[in-house]
This record gives sequence, C-alpha cells and structure tokens, in this order.
Amino acid sequence: MTITEPVLLGGIRRLVTLTVDGTEVRVPEGATILDAMPDGDTPTLCWAPNLNPINACRVCVVEVEGSRVLVPSCARKAEDGMVVNTDSERVRHSRRMVLELLASSTDMSQASPDVQRWMDEYGVDAERYGPPAPPADDRDTRHAGHHHTPDGTTAETVAQPVKIDNDLYVRDYSRCIMCYKCVKACGTDAQFTFAISAAGRGFDARIATEMNNPLPDSACVYCGNCIGVCPTGALKSVSEHELREAGDWHPEEETVTTTICSFCGVGCNLELHVQQGQIVNVTSPSDHSVTHGHLCIKGRFGFQHVQNLPEERRG
Amino acid sequence: MFGAGGGTSAYVEAEHADLLVLWGSNARETHPIFFHHVLQGLKSGTRMYSVDPRRTSTAQWADAWLGLDVGTDIALANAIGRELIHAGLVNEPFVRRATTGFDEYRATVEPYTLERAEEITKVPAELIRELAHAYGRADRAQICWTLGITEHHNAADYVFALINLALLTGHVGRYGSGLVPLRGQNNVQGGGDMGAIPAKLPGGYDLGDAEARARYEAAWGATISPKPGMHLSQMFEAMETGRLRALYCIGENPAESEANATHARHMLEGLDTLVVQDIFRTATAELADVVFPAAADWCEYEGTVTNSERRVQRVRKAIDPPGLARPDTHIICNLADRLGANWGEPTAEQVWDELRSVSLNWHHGMSYERLDALGGLQWPCPDEDHPGTPLLHARLWAENEADRGVPAAFQPVEHVPPVDTLTDDFPIRLTTVRVLDGYNSGVQTGGYSSPLRRRESLRMDATDAAQLGIVNGERVRVVSRRGAVEAPVWFDPALRPGLASFTPHFTEEVDVNVLTNDAWDPKSGTSEFKATAIRIEKLPSAVPAAGE
Repeated sequence: MTITEPVLLGGIRRLVTLTVDGTEVRVPEGATILDAMPDGDTPTLCWAPNLNPINACRVCVVEVEGSRVLVPSCARKAEDGMVVNTDSERVRHSRRMVLELLASSTDMSQASPDVQRWMDEYGVDAERYGPPAPPADDRDTRHAGHHHTPDGTTAETVAQPVKIDNDLYVRDYSRCIMCYKCVKACGTDAQFTFAISAAGRGFDARIATEMNNPLPDSACVYCGNCIGVCPTGALKSVSEHELREAGDWHPEEETVTTTICSFCGVGCNLELHVQQGQIVNVTSPSDHSVTHGHLCIKGRFGFQHVQNLPEERRG
Repeated sequence: MFGAGGGTSAYVEAEHADLLVLWGSNARETHPIFFHHVLQGLKSGTRMYSVDPRRTSTAQWADAWLGLDVGTDIALANAIGRELIHAGLVNEPFVRRATTGFDEYRATVEPYTLERAEEITKVPAELIRELAHAYGRADRAQICWTLGITEHHNAADYVFALINLALLTGHVGRYGSGLVPLRGQNNVQGGGDMGAIPAKLPGGYDLGDAEARARYEAAWGATISPKPGMHLSQMFEAMETGRLRALYCIGENPAESEANATHARHMLEGLDTLVVQDIFRTATAELADVVFPAAADWCEYEGTVTNSERRVQRVRKAIDPPGLARPDTHIICNLADRLGANWGEPTAEQVWDELRSVSLNWHHGMSYERLDALGGLQWPCPDEDHPGTPLLHARLWAENEADRGVPAAFQPVEHVPPVDTLTDDFPIRLTTVRVLDGYNSGVQTGGYSSPLRRRESLRMDATDAAQLGIVNGERVRVVSRRGAVEAPVWFDPALRPGLASFTPHFTEEVDVNVLTNDAWDPKSGTSEFKATAIRIEKLPSAVPAAGE
C-alpha cells in the first residue's frame, strides 16, 4: 500500500475526562495525570518534558480514588472517570517527607526557585534530623552491609568533595538526589552514550562512571545533556562552578537569548545564558522539534571563540 | 532532478522510517543531534546500514557496514539499482507515473552486476544484495549523506546515483521516505537558497528564468546577467589565467580550506586586491590588503539561517561584538554606499522582507513574527497562512497528472575512479574526515578546550604500519603528488589496510590541504578532498616511541 499523505503515527487520540480536585478536566488519551494539571503547580524533581517518566523521586504523588497507594502523577496515565486529589493531607504529608529527607541529606541550595517554593509550601524542616554529617571521601567505595550503626547525633548526608576532572564540567554529588535524569539523558532518552549509571545500594547508591573512572577515561563525549536535565546543580559547567566559587554568579542579571548553533547544518536551537556580557551557559529549549533540548559538545561548549572575557581572564 | 535543492524530509521522519541508509555520513559525530533522531528510530526497530570506507562510530550502530573503497560509491549504487530491477523490486507505478528516463537508466546499470561491484568496491556481493533488497522492500526508507558523497571530482554524479535509487523504489515524497543531504554548516542550505549558487537567484529560481529575473531586476533596480557567475573552483582557475584580479572573501578561509592549499595560497597572493571579511584574522586574512572585522552574526546580530530540513530559523543578538567588528550586512551596505549606491543601513528584518517580496514560492510567508512564534518554518512557504512544507515532493504521488507536475528524470551515471590514482609510488588512499569536537579548519573549535581532543595524527591501519616498520605515535612524512607534511601516526581501528585519514581541524599542526587534490567537479565545483593518493615515509632520524 502506498500512503501519499503524512501519516499520523499513533493514530487519532480520543479525549478522556477525569476529576482533579473537584474540577472536570479533559485530556487526550495517553496523557498523564501531570499533563492534566496546570503547569508548575505540581512539584517534580525527576520529571522533565524531554525525558520518559523515571518514577524515582515520588514528589509528584497524588491520591487516586480506589487506589491503595499514592500514585506518581508524572507517569500514571489519566483514565476516564478517574478522581484525583492533589492536595489531601496524605499527599501533602508524603510530599513534605520526600522533600525533607532529600533536603536533610543533600545540598538543595542550588535547586530551582520552584523547588525552594515547594519546600516552603509543604513546611519542610530538614534540620529536625540533626546537624548534617561532615563530608565523606569514601562514598565511591562503600559496600552494602559494611556499615556501623549511626549514633544519631548527626543527619547522614551524601556530602563529598566536588569531582573536577576535565575542563568542561564538574560533578558535585553533594547535591545529587539520585533522580536518574542524567542517566536517562546519557542513555536511551537522548544520547545513547551510557557513560554513567547508578552504582551502590541503599544510601550508598550514587551516579558513577564505569569503575568510578574519571570522566576523561569514561565513554563520556561531553554533550552536557546530563547538565541540561540536572535539577539541583549537581552537574554544571566548569565556568558556572568557577563563577559561583568566585562569588561572581549573578542569576538575577542573566539574560537568555535563543539563537541557532554556528556549527553543522542540523540547526540546533541554542539558549545563550549571558551574565555581564559573557556567555555563562548554553541550553536548548526542550519543546523544539530539532533538539528536544539536547545538544552536542560543540553546541553546548563551543562558544569560547565569541566570548568577551574581561582583560584579566584572557589567555 | 526535482527542481529544488534541499533535503526532502523533516528530521522527525528518521524516527519513523523502516530503513535508514547513512551513506558517506558519520552523523554520530558530524551531525550528532540529527543522529539523536536516528537513535530513537533504532530504539523502535528501524534498521540502519552504514556505507562508508571507515568503520565509523555511526557504522557501529548499523545492522551492517558496507566498507567500500573510497571513490566507488557510484558502482555500488548502480549495482543496487541493477539488483532492484532484476529482483522485481522496482516501484513500477511510481516509475511510470512520476519519472522519465528509466530505460536509459536500466541500460546504464545493466553491466554493474553484484560480482563486478564487489570487484570495484570490495564490498561482498551478498552484502550489496542484502542492502538492495532491504531498501527495495522497506515501506519507508531514507538515504542520508554528507561529504563522503559530495567531496569528489564527480560529486554531482554521486548524488544522482543515490537519487536514482529513490526514484526506482518510490522512496521520495512520502512520510518517512526521502533523500536527506546533511549540510556541513549552519547556513550552507540558506546560503545556496539566497543565491550563492552561481546559476540560481535567491529563492531557488534558475538564473535563466526570465520571469523571475525580471521580478528581481524590478526590485533591485539593476540588470542581472542571465549568465551564471563563477563558483569557487572556477575563481581559482580564473586567478591562474589572470582573468580574476580582485577577491572579496566573506566568512571563508580558502588559504586553509581549499584543496591543494599551496597552489591556492599562491593564487591569493597574486591578486591585485584581496578583501577579507571575517570574525577572525584567518590565514586568508593574513594575505589580505583590507580586512573588515565582522560580528559573529549567530550571537552578535540578527538574521536567519536555514538548516538541513529546509527550516528557516532566527539567529539573535545575545552579546556585543568586540572592538570594531560589525554585522556583515552593515559592512556590505556601507561598502555599497561608498561605491555610489544608496543602500543605507537596513535592519536584518528589512533585508529579509525584501527577500520575501521576491522569493514568492519559498519564503514569502515567512515573516519574522511567524518564525519567532513557530520556531522556524520549512520552505516552500508561499503565503502567511501556509504551514510550511516538512515533506518535499509529495506532488510526485498525486493522482492527477497535472498535480504531479514535471516528472523527475533518472540521471544515469557511470563509475569513474578518483583522479588521484593509486600507484606503487602512492599506494595509500588518504581521506579527510571530521571528528565530534572539531569543525572544519578549526578556527572556531580551536577556541574551546575539549577533553576529547588529541594532537592531529595520521590515522592509519596497524597492519600497513607494520609493513613500513612504523610504530604507534611515530612521526612520519606523508607525501602526495602535490606536497608533503609531517605528522605522528595513530592506529585507528576504524580504518582498513590501504586507507589513512587526516582531519582538517588543526592546520597549524598538519597542513592537510597541502596534500589534497584540487581536481573538481564541473557540475558542483567541489574538490576531491576525499581521495588523495599518498605514500608514508619513515623519517630518517625517527626517534623510537617511548617504551620501544
């Protein structure tokens, strides 16, 4: 058979009707509960518009009538007749616990303003678990079962030294909440390089290269798509890291301009993040059909030839 | 062949094709984000074949790799065409209704048996047959190509050989089927669309199209010669004969990027006047009488570029240009003013709107407002209600003959080996390649620090090296019929015996185009960068590598 018109792969979708917090909402069949809710209202950490749902963080949980457990709204498909409560005591309590436990064990200070807002909204008090334990330098080598019982005077943390092993980006795993977004972006959702994965068990679980090798000895091709999806600042460019360390980071002054990459003919949309006349980061819009928010090393890092560095930082 | 020079398909179609043939393209490294679409296809069951002399990182994702000898692609394509015909896999209704010249094509490919193709290309006959049958039987199949097809002395013929296959099988003009040339630069498509191709007016009109020419003449208030100007290779010939004495070179670095660079530099040095307009003081600028420092328009000014799926997209100013650098259009308009024309200093949008007023079919409907709102539009886009055209040449499938328009003509082509032949004196085939973190002559990518970067080396096969008594890392002399360079060697498992490669990214380390051949294609003007005959010589005082 010959099809002469563009085919709609996936077919025409009918609408389903569900009730969210007492209001009827209609969404296309196949949409998630999250899709049925207004943008920005529902807290999310491991969800991104350009990745498949990961179901790791559980901060987006909602109550669905008839369901024994809370369900992750980012992954659960909306169904006809579904009754959803997003603001019940049970939901609020669960979301608060997720955010609180993360905040007690990881450094969330560079997470987005939305995350800070949600922590306030749900009354997160990370300090009630005690003062944070000091940084550890053995997190990459701990083994499951080889632990001493904590004495309870401090809150266990994932604090550890920043990994700086190449010129392009740093891995600051004190900020890592194990959302797996970077693993997905490096793997089957975009880049298919598989340089990183989850290692360890339980509280020792961490994102690692194979055998904990430094990035230059790993499969990494420095596309930086892991940075693009990281919600907490655990992965960031060396330039952002250095500016922050120097107290020279000014997000309030940042402008973001969308343009097109100057290299190959694919035509990737670039968002140039500029502070004080300098490009400090490059991202791509997740809703554009060319990139879906993902770039290569040239697009994300290849801008130094137009960088207007201050006199003292010119080589 | 179809009357429009552009890729036929939107990138997203690669995700829904049944079969992709990446021919002379290492998209994994040279078009990484296009390859993301390919990978999504592979994830959901798309099959992929890689046709490439090297076993590239793209080939590593393929169902099969056809590792042909450099410069034998036409023989391979013709053999696939012949096999399709003999196996009854021709889409006969399509060929009958939408094409012309099939009989001549059949006669041309008849001598290209699988066995003969194996002899010429070194690809096993069984593998050629497999690709032919996979392509012929697929519902939706695309051929995607890059410089492996277009940097030959008969480059246009290479492209024709691939298009013929799409015409035979009807793999064009339908969703998921298509012909996809992946452009090497962010606006090589747009540059051509704007009339940088000597035989074309902006908007894709032929220079010989009197009606279109009259419209442009009226808009510009000037007469336009119907005779095409020169392309770059012809310009260098005209410099040699003394017919071309002055050159105004914008955003191009021919002193390093031209094949047979020693000759090219000599020609540039002999000009009466060389004006260079660039964002860098390039090797070409070093030879110039006048240098105009230009802004990097992609982030320091406004405008549009057009990508490999014909999508026109906006570039925007994010930072200020340094020093005296100014936008290209401002420099050109000021120059025109000094020459007595009164062009003023139009904004980028005014320039674009002038183009829209004359490019009635491709660009007329693409206002800045729509480009901003829609994230770009794909030509043709003839009016402001038109949604753009993700899929080109659907007309070929129309029921009604009048709607089908001019049929697409088969262009039978013969295999002609590379000009730079392999002999006992020059027994190794050198091909130029690109790597993920580098870009062309390296003036842009040299600026950032890449952890992937290695010093420029002659990439070669370990068994070839063993025969010459060369160890990994040893510095050698590489000699072609035009020049010689020195470089360390690096054993590249992607290469086969008899094949070596250089990148063009590090001319300051290895001046690779001193070696390459400036024999060029009369139809496209492209030089034969991909096929140089070399020999590799041990240096007399070669110091053994560490550990030897």
